[in-house]
Amino acid sequence: MNAPDLPLWLAVVVSLLLLAGAGLAFLGSLGLLRLGSFYERVHAPTLAGTLGATTLLLASMLLTSFEESRPVLHELVLGVALFATTPVALLLLVRAALYRDRHEGNIAVEPPPVAPPEPPAAP
Amino acid sequence: MSALILAVSLAIAQVVLALAMIPAVIRLVRGPRAQDRVLAFDTLYLDAVLLVVCFGIGSGGTLYFEIALAMALTGFVGTVALAKFLLRGEVIE
Repeated sequence: MNAPDLPLWLAVVVSLLLLAGAGLAFLGSLGLLRLGSFYERVHAPTLAGTLGATTLLLASMLLTSFEESRPVLHELVLGVALFATTPVALLLLVRAALYRDRHEGNIAVEPPPVAPPEPPAAP
Repeated sequence: MSALILAVSLAIAQVVLALAMIPAVIRLVRGPRAQDRVLAFDTLYLDAVLLVVCFGIGSGGTLYFEIALAMALTGFVGTVALAKFLLRGEVIE
């Protein structure tokens, strides 16, 4: 941010990416508050973890690449780390929640009963 | 002009990311069950990582980036350990 000759288009693009990333992270957290059950709620933070992180890291990559006049790609490491760890952590958490609900006999998570097959029509 | 646009949008992004922590804290305090609290904890970590990335954009240099990377990895390890605790009742068997 110490480059005085920052072109206007780059500033606008980076600003839009920053605002989009922050807004997506806020929407993800708001979904944590608004959605009803745990199994719906677990979807919300993935919005911040994938698209919000992508836009913020893209803004950082664009700005530092311009300031140093060379491609700066070390934000990709953080992107890969977030993309690889968020699904694994949430998958383990959902498995734990499912185990707890089944262990307590919560009928909301039992699989639905299989409908009996239709009897064949008489010829 | 362009530096002003960038500074203002960066400040707005930091404020919005800080506001994004409030629903996660409410869910962490109020969550009906333990898995809700763990999920809120994970979201809090993720928002903090994105906020540190914003600090890094504002200051330049790679120091904040390394802090963000370390925070992302410790958040992952913490969430996995808590999920394992919920599943088994102990972390290391």
